[in-house]
Amino acid sequence: MLSRVLSYDLPRSAPLALLLALTALGLLAAPFLFPGVKALGVAAKILVFIVLAASFDLLLGYTGIVSFAHTMFFGIGAYGIAIASLRMGAGWDALALGALAALGLSLTLALLIGIVSLRVRAIFFAMITLAVAAAFQTLASQFSELTGGEDGLSFRVPALLTSATRLLPDPVLGVNIDGRILCYYLLLAVSTALFLILLRVVNSPFGRVLQAIRDNEFRAEAIGYRVVVFRTLSSLISALFATLAGMMLAIWLRYNGPDTSLSFEIMMDVLLMVVIGGMGTLYGAVLGAAVFMVAQAYLQDLLRVLAQATEAAPMLAALFSPDRWLLWMGLLFVCSVYFFPNGIVGELRRIAHQPITLRSR
Amino acid sequence: MLMVPALMLAALPIVGTPSTWLTLTVAGLAMGMIIFLMASGLTLVFGLMDVLNFGHGLFIALGAYIATSVAVSSGLGSVAQAMVLAMLAAGLLGIVFERLIVRPVYGQHLKQILITMGGMIIGEELIKVIWGPLQIALPPPPMLQGSLIIAEAAIEKYRLLAVVVGLAVFLLQWWVLSQTRIGLLIRAGVQDREMVEALGYRIGRLFVGVFAAGSALAGLGGVMWGLYQQNVVPQIGTQVNVLIFIVIIIGGLGSTAGALIGALLVGLVANYTGYLLPKLALFSNLALMALILMWRPYGLYALAKP
Repeated sequence: MLSRVLSYDLPRSAPLALLLALTALGLLAAPFLFPGVKALGVAAKILVFIVLAASFDLLLGYTGIVSFAHTMFFGIGAYGIAIASLRMGAGWDALALGALAALGLSLTLALLIGIVSLRVRAIFFAMITLAVAAAFQTLASQFSELTGGEDGLSFRVPALLTSATRLLPDPVLGVNIDGRILCYYLLLAVSTALFLILLRVVNSPFGRVLQAIRDNEFRAEAIGYRVVVFRTLSSLISALFATLAGMMLAIWLRYNGPDTSLSFEIMMDVLLMVVIGGMGTLYGAVLGAAVFMVAQAYLQDLLRVLAQATEAAPMLAALFSPDRWLLWMGLLFVCSVYFFPNGIVGELRRIAHQPITLRSR
Repeated sequence: MLMVPALMLAALPIVGTPSTWLTLTVAGLAMGMIIFLMASGLTLVFGLMDVLNFGHGLFIALGAYIATSVAVSSGLGSVAQAMVLAMLAAGLLGIVFERLIVRPVYGQHLKQILITMGGMIIGEELIKVIWGPLQIALPPPPMLQGSLIIAEAAIEKYRLLAVVVGLAVFLLQWWVLSQTRIGLLIRAGVQDREMVEALGYRIGRLFVGVFAAGSALAGLGGVMWGLYQQNVVPQIGTQVNVLIFIVIIIGGLGSTAGALIGALLVGLVANYTGYLLPKLALFSNLALMALILMWRPYGLYALAKP
């Protein structure tokens, strides 16, 4: 049963299975295990970024193409919800309309980018997505009457999902069951469903073709698969899921701005999550997102402490300033591409299968 | 090659007044020449070694920031000083960057893109540590401020200088590539690297040289771009990177002539649309690139093997 739900793509390593189970349990029980606004926020962000990182992994790890426009689709989703909710007032119809409009826009843009760039060389895709994403970011900050510019948009969601709504009269295990908790479990359900669908996609015949293209494009073409079509489809699916992740984020935060969903920093975060977790394994996206989000939430505090400790040396203090968080992320990123190109999942699986690999050598 | 004058002529009736047209054209050519300075190194590096360097913008940013540290506003001499310093610093950084970041991942496109992008991020953050995260003004020296009036068209002096420097570098580069032995080897390497290696030349060393020279040119371009914009922000590298990618995609990866034409087209189109339809100026370059890719999927002058 479990095997069927996971599309027969099992963790294939006992420590990995344990880690995944711990993550899943932690997320499931987060409102009760880690009470407090900040901890719940971190857990919700993990849920959102699992979908975002997994959809990016479909492109990077399974299809072998690099896109720098992934946060653009993420942003489109978030802005779709934000703009619709702001214009039409809080309501389910606004959410639905915003979602549809965002999905439509994302699909159109992804198709256009794919047609222009994937026809020739996968390498163009990286450059063109970078250009398009940069243009879109400028566009979003220029049309400030629609997008709120740099300030972003604060909006309201249906009252059922706010903390003002009490669902049960009495607290359960010391936690008030309010709309916020409901919203969290809604995100959990959506995130799980989307992740399982992605797992289904990469383990389908379609997913196998993508991996074949990644490993040997020429050969895949020779066997008779239209490489362009498969790559474009993959980027479409990935854009779709990124848009959905953006919607989840907007509904949770009830705010959206360039820094929360559109900025290049988020692109970097997603890259890092996928690389740390392990490219080409969707489980890597789960672990990567969880590790990264926890680190981001609590390591910045550590940097602040370090900056204060090194105040005597201004140069060092500048290096450890919490604003320079991205510097350390970048270093970590380069090092992980060098030393652990297969990420956590890849390493764990390698250890689990060592006797077999030794024999096959 | 005829596309550039054709575009200039086509824009004349649309813009209307000849004097405005002349101003815009000179501005476009100046912008194009600066972009060409920055793009030529990248396209050669790609052609020669199949290395796509997403960190190229870092050298541009370094050049621009060195210009802010040298007091360029004081005179022409200090501008020249800033240029030399920027070229040296960017060239050196290029050698380090090649050794640390690019060399371990030869032949693996995916990792190259990821790692050079990581290098770019680290560099940008280090620039913020050294020079601070805020915008720094970079006015050209008084001699280069203001404009000349030629045939009723106001032409900024600095733009003329940019065209002159750009042309000089282009001619020098053309001379090295087509008239010297090293240039011959570089061109041969772009066409068929293995053959050059088989003939007993160390293409690795040649490549480091090209990488350093390309980085130095990017540093020079950074000084000029900073003076052109009259200010410098830490994100300058990323911003210009986008322009450069568009240029080398249009020109064809690996082709210097293509990079020149691509850069001039991008510069001209950006200035014409900036005047005619300011709202669309952002997308003019993307649209230009899309059109050219529809027509010639490998770029205008695709030299490197597809």
